[in-house]
Amino acid sequence: MSSLVEWAMFRAGRSVLDPLAAVGRFADLMVEMGRGLVEVKIWFPRTMEEAWSIGVGSLFIVLMISSFTGGVTALQAGYQFTGNIPIYVVGSLVTESVVLELGPVLVALILAGRIGARYAAELGTMRVTEQIDALESLGRSPASHLLIPRVLACLLMIPVLVVIADFVAVGTGWVIAKSTLGISNQDFAYGARVYWHPLDGWYSIIKGFFFAAAIGLISCYRGYTTQQGAEGVGRSVTGAVVTTSVLVLLLDVILAKLILKP
Amino acid sequence: MIEIKNVSKRFGSQKVLNGVNLVVNEGETMALLGPSGTGKSVLLKAIIGLIRPDRGEIIVDDQHVESLKRVALSKLRATIGYVFQNGALFDSMDVFENIRLGLTDEAEFKNPEYARTRAAECLRLVNLQPDTMKKMPAQLSGGMRKRVGIARAIAGKPKYVLYDEPTSGLDPVNSDIIDALVTRLKDELGVTSIMVTHDVRGSFRTADRIALLTGGKIVAIGPPDEFKESPVAEVRAFLERDFDLEGNGAAK
Ligand SMILES: Nc1ncnc2c1ncn2[C@@H]1O[C@H](COP(=O)(O)OP(=O)(O)OP(=O)(O)O)[C@@H](O)[C@H]1O
Ligand SMILES: [Mg+2]
Repeated sequence: MSSLVEWAMFRAGRSVLDPLAAVGRFADLMVEMGRGLVEVKIWFPRTMEEAWSIGVGSLFIVLMISSFTGGVTALQAGYQFTGNIPIYVVGSLVTESVVLELGPVLVALILAGRIGARYAAELGTMRVTEQIDALESLGRSPASHLLIPRVLACLLMIPVLVVIADFVAVGTGWVIAKSTLGISNQDFAYGARVYWHPLDGWYSIIKGFFFAAAIGLISCYRGYTTQQGAEGVGRSVTGAVVTTSVLVLLLDVILAKLILKP
Repeated sequence: MIEIKNVSKRFGSQKVLNGVNLVVNEGETMALLGPSGTGKSVLLKAIIGLIRPDRGEIIVDDQHVESLKRVALSKLRATIGYVFQNGALFDSMDVFENIRLGLTDEAEFKNPEYARTRAAECLRLVNLQPDTMKKMPAQLSGGMRKRVGIARAIAGKPKYVLYDEPTSGLDPVNSDIIDALVTRLKDELGVTSIMVTHDVRGSFRTADRIALLTGGKIVAIGPPDEFKESPVAEVRAFLERDFDLEGNGAAK
């Protein structure tokens, strides 16, 4: 009986302390990276390389999901708004839903899988094969060599990919709406413009930024703090993708609440 | 000089180091023997601050490693070469880039000609062809990887070198070459080193002193001749087992 109580207290204690320890480790890592920022000559070239690599590497999948998204949004808008609603509303709907929500969120979710998993796996493998220790043993900082370039590459490229996705999705939506619903260019353009706020484009980019930070920081943190072999790497990768995806959705709500004022 | 004073380290409930005391003098080669799993690698990692001891002091070059600030620790580490037990090569970079990262001096690192010459030189020292430079770590054999790890550790001309089993997994010829390299670094550059090894005979040839780590403590230490004759029970057991194995033709 008493051992059961002990066990319950142990579990309760762990469930409070483990997340606290994780927050502490994450904060440590942020401090590390903050300090590493002075080594510009180290992180700058690596950031450029990394940004190029994830930008080019992710372009295809981003083009693919954004064109599908735009197309499907147009089809569904056409399906829903038959009857006495003016046809130009399809233009508004496609543009607004893509730019405000679908573009940034879908890109972030896909990239959480593509970039987040890759970073967590790379850093996790480097951790368990002592490559990170080796770097430190040479008096070099893992923050400026490995972490900062990855996080900055995300911050640099993901908003760009979001903007590309927005344009491609709206463009595909336009083409699909034209060919299946027979909406004219003027109507679509009018619809796109009539409900457009100047903030909307920025909102998309701001979301891209926050999502990029989530992807970069979480996956680097999970990879960097990997423990125990191949299984540990697996846990880090899954953890990175799941945590990032949930965080993206959470940030989505928070940003909508904070920034979008009707 | 490397001074280890009363260092203890535990992982969870497992006590690994339990009051280790060890002094390695300037220009000395210390061989560290001990059964597998006694904490030899843990001790070496504690010396460069990769593992923080629970108790005790570690003093390298008059600096307390366990309380050094980030920048000072990086500076100190740049003067220490560390040979990892399993190589720990950066597997996304070729051999040249690996060795180049070992050039801890920024000017040398930035100078491509110097880096190339130095990398070729270090590869020669560990008995590898210069064309190994273009290979990726995954294309190398285990023994080659180990030797590239040694080349990387010595590329920056460190004042201290910590070898974690530099000759395990190498054939006798290459083992001898590495042993000779350890001696040569000491004689020509005055390098101070600690060499963790299971090669008892090799350590008798290369080391100035030999220490035995068992049960979380250094139980015996002394020059090879003294060490060989040490009456300490653990030393006897350790050496006898080794010579037994040798008798069966299964040495190393
Ligand atoms: N990061 C760690 N977390 C938990 N336990 C560890 C860690 N590193 C080492 N240990 C434990 O400490 C003990 C000593 O490990 P260490 O690697 O130092 O052994 P060793 O003397 O180098 O052995 P070998 O000769 O086989 O290399 C082992 O029992 C190991 O399980
Ligand atoms: Mg070891």
